[in-house]
Amino acid sequence: MIPALFFYLFAGICVASALMVIASRNPVHSVLFLILAFVNASGLFVLMGAEFLALILVVVYVGAVAVLFLFVVMMLDVDFVQLRRGSLQYLPVGGLVGLVLLVELLLVVGAWAIGPGVQKTVALPIPTDMSNAEALGRVLYTRYVYFFQAAGLVLLVAMIGAIVLTLRHKPNVRRQVISDQLARRKEDIIELKTMRPGQGVAEVQGESR
Amino acid sequence: MTIGLGHYLSVAAILFTIGIFGIFLNRKNVIIILMSVELILLAVNINMVAFSTHLGDLVGQVFALIVLTVAAAEAAIGLAILVVFFRNRGSIAVEDINIMKG
Repeated sequence: MIPALFFYLFAGICVASALMVIASRNPVHSVLFLILAFVNASGLFVLMGAEFLALILVVVYVGAVAVLFLFVVMMLDVDFVQLRRGSLQYLPVGGLVGLVLLVELLLVVGAWAIGPGVQKTVALPIPTDMSNAEALGRVLYTRYVYFFQAAGLVLLVAMIGAIVLTLRHKPNVRRQVISDQLARRKEDIIELKTMRPGQGVAEVQGESR
Repeated sequence: MTIGLGHYLSVAAILFTIGIFGIFLNRKNVIIILMSVELILLAVNINMVAFSTHLGDLVGQVFALIVLTVAAAEAAIGLAILVVFFRNRGSIAVEDINIMKG
């Protein structure tokens, strides 16, 4: 009874806040409702018994992605009220597509049946004598180490891509270039002048020009 | 009353539909479209974990971890593209994104 109660609590808030994400007029509210949806989805993960993924979901989404969204929403100087204007013209076709999709998905979900031979083909049975995080760690660094490395590579490419996309060189800014400083030679920067008595410095400089 | 696989799959299906519906509804604001994509990926993750725990197979959770990574990378790149586009055009409306129109 208690797990069912918590399931309906998490699922209801998750679906409601997901609806608010796409229906809210203010994008900051949308981001906050996205955070709420992800926190409740991590509650669902805990109910299913995937604690490690639930915590990773909170860390990654609430800690990183949502803050990224918030920063971008705040940095862009956009009149969001004007953006919303006229958005209801796509409501009929969008609602139709959404309804058809939902009915199809629920029909598929309502008619599922696990094949009889599936239990024999389980690649990696969940161990019962250790925690979820330990079990995941034991396979993630050994059997699926290439997946792990590929995930790291994806993150590296995303990081480099984001930096390359948003880095902007301003033309009128003096910067310190270490290589230029180290490449300076005495002959390039020091010029010896012979000063005759009775002449000012300005005249010597004028001659050299 | 026990909560089984079907309940979780229903929640994932509803979330997926909300994501698709959000893409259709917000034809003006790219940020909402990116959030809708995040919702769709969350629905996929719920499906993966539900099947993983129902079948007693840990591989589904490993896959869900990879999907999570890709979703985070996608959000970072998408928002970076959005910032660069706003710098160039001064607008993030979907209708204005037609520079590469053939």
